[in-house]
Amino acid sequence: MAGARPAAHRRMKAEHDDMQITMTVNGVSHTRDVEARLLLIHFLRDDLGLTGSHWGCDTSNCGACVVWLDETPVKSCTVLAAMADGRRVRTVEDLALGGRLDPVQQGFAECHGLQCGFCTPGMMMTARWLLDHHPDPSAEEIREALSGQLCRCTGYENIVRSVRWASEHEARELRAGQHGPGEHGAVQHGEGR
Amino acid sequence: MQVPAYVEYEKATSVAHALALLDRFGPEARILAGGHSLIPMMKLRLAQPETLIDINGLSELSYITVTAGELRIGALTRHAQLLDSGEAARHFAVLHDAELVIADPVVRNWGTVGGSLCQADPSEDLSAAFAALKATMVIAHPGGTRTVPARDFYTGPYETVVAPGEILTEIRITIRPGGGSAYEKVGRRAGDWPVGAVGSALWLDGGGLDCGGADRGGADRGGLDGGIIADAGIGLTAVGAPHFAAAGAEEFLRGAPATEESFARAGELAAASCQPVSDQRGPADYKRHLACELTIRSLRRALARARTHGGGAPGGAPQDEG
Repeated sequence: MAGARPAAHRRMKAEHDDMQITMTVNGVSHTRDVEARLLLIHFLRDDLGLTGSHWGCDTSNCGACVVWLDETPVKSCTVLAAMADGRRVRTVEDLALGGRLDPVQQGFAECHGLQCGFCTPGMMMTARWLLDHHPDPSAEEIREALSGQLCRCTGYENIVRSVRWASEHEARELRAGQHGPGEHGAVQHGEGR
Repeated sequence: MQVPAYVEYEKATSVAHALALLDRFGPEARILAGGHSLIPMMKLRLAQPETLIDINGLSELSYITVTAGELRIGALTRHAQLLDSGEAARHFAVLHDAELVIADPVVRNWGTVGGSLCQADPSEDLSAAFAALKATMVIAHPGGTRTVPARDFYTGPYETVVAPGEILTEIRITIRPGGGSAYEKVGRRAGDWPVGAVGSALWLDGGGLDCGGADRGGADRGGLDGGIIADAGIGLTAVGAPHFAAAGAEEFLRGAPATEESFARAGELAAASCQPVSDQRGPADYKRHLACELTIRSLRRALARARTHGGGAPGGAPQDEG
């Protein structure tokens, strides 16, 4: 299915004028000609090849497509690529820094926060945002923050544990003596992009 | 795979520019705010605009202020911003209550207050909240602005008084002393549309602060003498309430004592005025039951807030009477 869209996209290109958009994705500026109706999730996956964000329910229910638009998580199946013109987008590909996993990613690995993995990119992007704004969330707060995202494997328990693991890990790292810039942690993350 | 049909796209840089674009592209142009209602409708071909006019860059429409004794909410304010607004919660807790249960946190990040209202879904939450608060909608047109009471904003399901060349720009709510408000919703699951929901607002005679030492626990029981109701607003959604309101129940409450008996009667009157339809969310008689019960519950909480906090959410500062 995923392969069908670019073909249709090319066919439409002959019939309709495209528009030019420029957005900064994971710190890199991209300029492309697109149709106005192109959804952000398809732009990221098909035009930029960033297939980490998953195209799921297409109805803004499941949250597998969650990316950050400027500073906030959004469901990219319900945002046009054109709406991100001139803005910054952050995807799951940006979580690991210099080959080192983000604590949220480590948490999902440590606590078995995924099984099939389809929901995982969206879960992690929302979890990263949560910890940046609420470094020590309760299990209930984590559930609320992730309530717009569906997982059909884990029953959510391990996802909540994964986010808690990341929270505690980051608190430990901060306590351990505020290592220099480049160290993972809520303070540094998401800045300078 | 669901994708919108081909559409033209224009980015507005100001309200005046958006109005000029609406004029240029005619009635088949649609304003694109958060798009969380419009884009799904376009995917399903339930909406097929020829041109989208993107107003997401209009920071002039994104604000929550208290001006001239009114809470004013810009139409492009995101749901998450309204939820996070201490100012809004302090004056009208019903808005905070409702925002907590609108869609989910990620949708609230991008969906807008004005977009939700203009979508005019008959189950939309804020429509009931603003009906309860007797809000006023400000609509811009090429010649200036006009105002419309919230209850006259809707002309039918998915239809509003906003004409093709116009834009909803602001929602205004008059701040009055002695007020309290609350929202009660029953949904099938987190983030879902309501099976039924009711927002209530009460304004007590004497400003509501006369019993300054009243403990919230006592008020929550609802059996205590709550004083006389100077004015009441009851907004209902998803239950087929005309204009999202229960005018008969409000009329009954005006001048009545704020007691359980009054609230029970108001609940009955509110339910009787609704015309719910049976659908996948529930049968009509259950929705009518919800209209009654949620009216009572929301009035109870509104009263507790009016007495203990002068109108705002628990923990909020007393409301500005200016």
